Amino acid sequence: MALKNWALRKSLWVYHVNTGACNNCDIEVLELLTPKYDIERFGMILVGTPRHADVLAVTGACTRQAQPRLQEVYRQTPKPCVVMAIGSCAGAQGIFAESYHMGAGVDTAIKAVDPDAIIVYVPGCPPKPEAMIAAAVKAMELIKTL
Amino acid sequence: MNAFGIIGIYIAAAAGTLAIGLYLRWFDRKVTAMVQWRKGPPWYQPVADVLKLFYKETLMPATARGTGFLIAPAIGLAASALVAAMLWSAVLTPETGFVGDLIVVVYLLLIPPLMTILGASASGSPHAAIGASREMKLILSYELPFFLAMLVAVIRTDWTLQLGPIASAGVVPLYSISGVIAMIIAILAMQAKLGQVPFDTAEAECEIMSGVYVEYSGVPLAIIYLGRAMMLAVMPLLLITVFWGGLEPTGWGIPAFIGKYLLLVVLVTLIRNTNPRLRIDQIMRFFWFGVAPLGIAAVVLAYLGKAWAIKWL
Repeated sequence: MALKNWALRKSLWVYHVNTGACNNCDIEVLELLTPKYDIERFGMILVGTPRHADVLAVTGACTRQAQPRLQEVYRQTPKPCVVMAIGSCAGAQGIFAESYHMGAGVDTAIKAVDPDAIIVYVPGCPPKPEAMIAAAVKAMELIKTL
Repeated sequence: MNAFGIIGIYIAAAAGTLAIGLYLRWFDRKVTAMVQWRKGPPWYQPVADVLKLFYKETLMPATARGTGFLIAPAIGLAASALVAAMLWSAVLTPETGFVGDLIVVVYLLLIPPLMTILGASASGSPHAAIGASREMKLILSYELPFFLAMLVAVIRTDWTLQLGPIASAGVVPLYSISGVIAMIIAILAMQAKLGQVPFDTAEAECEIMSGVYVEYSGVPLAIIYLGRAMMLAVMPLLLITVFWGGLEPTGWGIPAFIGKYLLLVVLVTLIRNTNPRLRIDQIMRFFWFGVAPLGIAAVVLAYLGKAWAIKWL
């Protein structure tokens, strides 16, 4: 088990899901790959398909259109996996909370598929890359408890 | 040699090449990070990646043909392990082997890409189908120049078709005009065989979402990862054996061999980091109308050099 935890913590592959974000959080996610922050130091890389992913980096307020797609992406991700709700919108729908076109919110949508899903919230509009790295570290700690 | 000896060599070569390949994967990523002014992953990163993938869930798409989908990566890995065993025994004990094992190696090297195509087609995903068709065109593009490059080495070493004698012939094919051209062609073909940028159209992670590998997860993905690591170890070894004199059993032989090996891997990494991805039609035009005529020219030069006994031609 120790080996499993070690391997899971040291190699988190991130898939980026946009559920109706304004692109600001997405730019900050890309910031993580730049020389200044370089998350590959921790073995994290961005992958192109949810089938390869361990972390779903979800940005955006989860619109009604995006909600079933987000749930499908979560179903397509091999478990164990972690959902990172990046930004105020992904955390609690931000300023769009009572708009007519909103879905249930990222955490509610994911919990509807899998009640035991691990969800890490990263507040901020947009959150700083440092905050995302801190969230990734917390996600690693959560994976330890699996 | 009895059957147990052969199986022992096969397993030892496979395990050793796997270790070297995983190390080279890290080396490749570290050099990439250095090129981009980053720190890069720690040395155990490929091991952590593979272990993690073994512990992940294996998902099967509803549209997939299960057997072909799951067995294809394993056959690809077994084929590259067989190539590794043949190459290492040719490098370490040049007198073993059989006439024509170069041809067998070149054909066995075709199996991993073919298995990639098979697995991608069996997954039933449209992205994988596009990736598989691109991979097929990629094979059609680079195989002819690759054969021509190998033919140059065969001509330069007096029509030797055996890996061990080519490596220890005394004539190093690289140290001649035709040899240099053939080496450049072989490096380009190696880049395409490894599926690295600029020839990674088959997996193109931002346009067709990792293409041929899109539906793989868990253990099959780990086997694909291992197979690719093994190919990264095998291809430079083949090039050194055929063009660059193999492993010389002298005092400076081993450091020189390691130097050549790492040089070729660094070359792959640098080409990968300084080029954009080509479209599949650009790749085909490049290999058929650019590289293949160059290969024919190198073969003619090598033949003339042999006929007129000019060493440097």
